[in-house]
Amino acid sequence: MEFLGVLLQLLDATIRVSVPLLLAALAGLYSERSGVFDIGLEGKMLAGAFAGASAAAVTGSAWLGLMAAIAISVFFALVHGFASITHRGNQIVSGVAINFIAAGSTIILGQAWFRQGGRTPSLTGDARFQSITLPGADAVSGVPILGPIYSDLISGHSLLVYAAFAMVPITWWVLFRTRFGLRLRAVGENPAAVDTAGISVAWLRYRAVICTGVLTGAAGAYLAVAQNAGFVKDMTAGKGFIALAALIFAKWRPVPVMFACLLFGFLDAFAIRYQGLAFPGIGRVPVQLMQALPYILTVILLAGFIGKAIPPRAGGVPYVKER
Amino acid sequence: MSTPYAKLPAWADYGLIPLINLVVAFLVAGLVVLLVGESPIRAAGLLIDGAFGSGSGIAYTLYYATSFIFTGLAVAVAFHCGLFNIGGEGQAYVGGLGVALACLAFDGIFPWYLTFLFAILGSAAIGAAWAFLPAYFQAKRGSHIVITTIMFNFIAASLMVYLLVGPLKPPTSMAPQTRTFLDGAHLPKLGWVLEAMGMTVRATPLNITFILALVASVAVWVLIWRTRLGYEIRTQGFSPRAARYAGIGEARIIVITMLISGALAGMMALNPVMGDQHRLQLDFVTGAGFVGIAVALMGRSHPAGIVPAAILFGMLYQGGAEIAFEMPHISRDMIVIIQGLVILFAGALEHMFRPAIQAAFASISPRRAGLEPAKSGSV
Repeated sequence: MEFLGVLLQLLDATIRVSVPLLLAALAGLYSERSGVFDIGLEGKMLAGAFAGASAAAVTGSAWLGLMAAIAISVFFALVHGFASITHRGNQIVSGVAINFIAAGSTIILGQAWFRQGGRTPSLTGDARFQSITLPGADAVSGVPILGPIYSDLISGHSLLVYAAFAMVPITWWVLFRTRFGLRLRAVGENPAAVDTAGISVAWLRYRAVICTGVLTGAAGAYLAVAQNAGFVKDMTAGKGFIALAALIFAKWRPVPVMFACLLFGFLDAFAIRYQGLAFPGIGRVPVQLMQALPYILTVILLAGFIGKAIPPRAGGVPYVKER
Repeated sequence: MSTPYAKLPAWADYGLIPLINLVVAFLVAGLVVLLVGESPIRAAGLLIDGAFGSGSGIAYTLYYATSFIFTGLAVAVAFHCGLFNIGGEGQAYVGGLGVALACLAFDGIFPWYLTFLFAILGSAAIGAAWAFLPAYFQAKRGSHIVITTIMFNFIAASLMVYLLVGPLKPPTSMAPQTRTFLDGAHLPKLGWVLEAMGMTVRATPLNITFILALVASVAVWVLIWRTRLGYEIRTQGFSPRAARYAGIGEARIIVITMLISGALAGMMALNPVMGDQHRLQLDFVTGAGFVGIAVALMGRSHPAGIVPAAILFGMLYQGGAEIAFEMPHISRDMIVIIQGLVILFAGALEHMFRPAIQAAFASISPRRAGLEPAKSGSV
């Protein structure tokens, strides 16, 4: 039972750290499947976290925080769209720009508005998404093995956690079972064909980046309004890039995205819990190696040593309508 | 119009459009200053005064510019080959390792100029080595260089933390840094040049690396526009298919270009590590690798544009410190916003104002704007 308790704690931590990765990676999925590369996930998430925490602190409502997070994140997504869809700019450059603008402005505005060294005021009560106890969690907690799994691992998270995991089948359904999803995937592979069919490439891609903005906003709100009680500067700390790595690792497919995020989340949770632990046969693994592992794994995958990650064919290429 | 971006006169293409983009970026930055409740005009005054108002200010501006010239050149060389090296930050970070190893090995034996030579070689070699795998994977295995270089930035950060809290740290010290270098690894300062011109310069970090940066700029110009290798690099960047048809080895050119790019980024480490701090510290790059992207975009990937763009960003870094001192609500993170806006307007949105400018030119002189019907048949 000792082992089960430790394992459950570890998996519980895994879920908590995976959720922002999952939301951001699913966000990237919409954009990249439509042929718009987005390395600005990090910046949109950061801006969302800041807006969410600010709005929640001022209004006292976590829901308004979430709205504000989504609004600002969609705004940045539209800037990305404006640059890369309307003006056919370089999508990578645009993403880099958004990361910088978000990183700088959250600190400057945070300091100017709240005067707490770039932090937002601590959120309490309704200003934060509280953990939800699922029905029957207390009743079954005495049942061996399954009881603690239900009451400790599955129950007791905030609403956004459940929403994030629900987004996996929803995203799958949208992309692979709806007309919008079919067209979105088509525009990422062969925009000229979609254009020939009389469907606006630009409008489809705009809708895709709006989906991206909504989900990165939710990821930011989760960080600042649910997982933590407020915004601290640079709080995304590279999560947007790990999410991007997870997206590639999963070869741009929704369900594998979830497993990739859980894997990277597990590595993170494991590294935090077992700093400096000696493994039998390997010896002490430096914590830095554990932190770098998601990036190393992604590079190995990209190099084609674990399967082949083939991006959407029209990804990164602005569409020029022929006349 | 079938050709959306018809030709403009060179001065408009290389002067007017970048200038307009820059002005718009600064106007938006001014809006942020307004939002914070300060006066953008006063901020601009403080910025210029802080950067150029005193000998020390100029020296600091040029010190920061030195780092940005290296990282800007690194990004630009890769741009010419059609590659986006976003890993300058990581390459510069591990480049510091090459500087530190050379300094730690030779600072007690050699005079500074010999140690400098080894440090240049060390930083360039390790910076290039850090760019090698992303380049090789792009060339041979088709993985996207943008993603791999981002990943290598994070791997570099982890590696350097590991080395600086472990093997490179003297056992007696608590701080995550190497021991302080001896005199044999202190680069000569250049403050006396400014003093000779009648300015007062107190202890400033501007050092001989600035000269090296200018030499590197000329070398990059020669390489890109005056050598066979440079021609191959530009051909590959302009049209990979034409390059293949001309018998240029695609993989070879990609790898060589990235090695040069990584070496230039790695050499940036000479400036702070050997010129100023005299020890290897955590996070000494402080974003210079990313500033290089803005510098290269603003400078249109040409050394003659990169040096002034780097000085502009040096001015922002130095003058930004002055603003942060005078205006409590504005910290140096303002620079990060300006950097982002410059990248957005000079990079991603570089074509935004072009149609309007072309229309203006066309109405003044249709022939010079290249829009006369005889030439572009399908208007």
